[in-house]
Amino acid sequence: MSNLTVLYDAPGPRAKRRNVLFTILFGLVLAWVLYVVISALKDKGQLDAAKWSPFVHGEVWTTYLLPGLWETLRAALLSLVIALPLGALLAIGRLSDHRWVSWPCTVIIEFFRAIPVLLLMVFAKVVFVAAEIGSEEIRPLLAVVTGLVLYNASVLAEVFRSGIHSLPRGQTEAALAVGMRKGQIMTIILLPQALTAMLPAIVSQLVVIVKDTALGGLLTIEYPELLRSAKTAFANYQNVVPMFIVAAAIFILLNLTLTTLASRLEKYLRNRRGGRRRKPGEPTAADAVLMDAAPGLDLNK
Amino acid sequence: MNFDFLSNPNYDLWAAFWMTIQLTFWSALGALVWGTILAAMRVSPVPLMRGFGTVYVNIFRNTPLTVLIGATSIVLADTMLIELSDRFDTNAFWLAIIGFIAYTGTFVCEAIRSGINTVPPGQAEAARAIGLTFTQNLTLIILPQAFRSVIAPLASVLIALTKNTTVAASVGVMEASLLMSNILEFEADGRTAAFLVFAAGFVVLTLPMGLILGAVAKRVAVKR
Repeated sequence: MSNLTVLYDAPGPRAKRRNVLFTILFGLVLAWVLYVVISALKDKGQLDAAKWSPFVHGEVWTTYLLPGLWETLRAALLSLVIALPLGALLAIGRLSDHRWVSWPCTVIIEFFRAIPVLLLMVFAKVVFVAAEIGSEEIRPLLAVVTGLVLYNASVLAEVFRSGIHSLPRGQTEAALAVGMRKGQIMTIILLPQALTAMLPAIVSQLVVIVKDTALGGLLTIEYPELLRSAKTAFANYQNVVPMFIVAAAIFILLNLTLTTLASRLEKYLRNRRGGRRRKPGEPTAADAVLMDAAPGLDLNK
Repeated sequence: MNFDFLSNPNYDLWAAFWMTIQLTFWSALGALVWGTILAAMRVSPVPLMRGFGTVYVNIFRNTPLTVLIGATSIVLADTMLIELSDRFDTNAFWLAIIGFIAYTGTFVCEAIRSGINTVPPGQAEAARAIGLTFTQNLTLIILPQAFRSVIAPLASVLIALTKNTTVAASVGVMEASLLMSNILEFEADGRTAAFLVFAAGFVVLTLPMGLILGAVAKRVAVKR
């Protein structure tokens, strides 16, 4: 039921009147909420021009926000680049015919999907400090990337695995028929196709990674990502609300761009493969990320 | 490994995990209701509601949870002086739950919407043919079937929420991750042990959710 207008009839005169009534009522409620929020903020002086003027000058951008954004992007991209091959390895391992390979891979995947990224980051930071790994400045980045890599490699492993499962069995059979070995089938036939099919899901996962970098500013991790720099900045400029709005807007714009890219990719890839139509209810690859967090649940059902 | 911190009265593990469970419970309840309302708005015949639903979901789904939870403390509590309780920590607890609901509701909404997509159009058409209104159509015909097909996605949203409650540590709610962070800081020789205990705690919380709800999902799924 992708065409949702099937839920109601084309409006007649009465339904049209009712829709107008509901529009007005709902509009009033929205306007009231907006009024309450804005007047409360105004009372506290958070909407004064003076609180916003720092954003017109370059300083707040060059000292806080842009470096923060850079740190966020750096941690996110670094994590993705490391997590992708690691995830592929874990996926191959889990699909292995040898139980002594598949079993540990399964345990690793399920374990790191079951525990919060924040715990991983906090523990990684403590370990790096205790073992004196890396310099003082690089440790927060290392902790953030470690946490994100462990978690996202496990998630991506499941994404790859469901991608490999979604390929027609004829691919494996044909490869066997021409005399390929198991390793060859995986690396030459299955994985490249699964990677392409799951590309939109991987881009969507990048959204999750970008959002999770914001955890790096919490507790004892002290990674100067965008949110943390924004917090330092509003302590300086005394403009809490404008700073939160601007930081959130940067994150939202970044993530919306990635989401749009993912759905474009998905459309492009589907057209390229001769336009196989999705069955109703079949999740899109980008939706598959919705399922990411579930240890014990299987993406392939 | 040194498990001494387990018997240290300063570290109340049960209280911390009980806090995590409470955060999860109330947020899940609120997010289920709010997400269903959002989903209903997004398929409703009123254009303004559809527009609001779309804009809301796209904004809140793409904001890091850390930003939202930080905002509940710094904007709602410190700047706008909203008080849900006289006690500072109880206030932070409920405000954080509002943040979790605002964020998780968008994922619930999207899951339910994808569930609505699995209901064959004939169901809605038949409902219209016997004269059901949009509200009746949605609440009697479509949503009951949609819910049955989205138990599994909702389960993963619930598990993600359980793990996400750790973000409440940033506003001073004494839940599992904040306690672990404290123990790691002060108990130098119990670090690995502490991490393993807390990790095991989360595995114990989340794994049964996945297994049980996965089984439920299979049982109640509509065979088509």
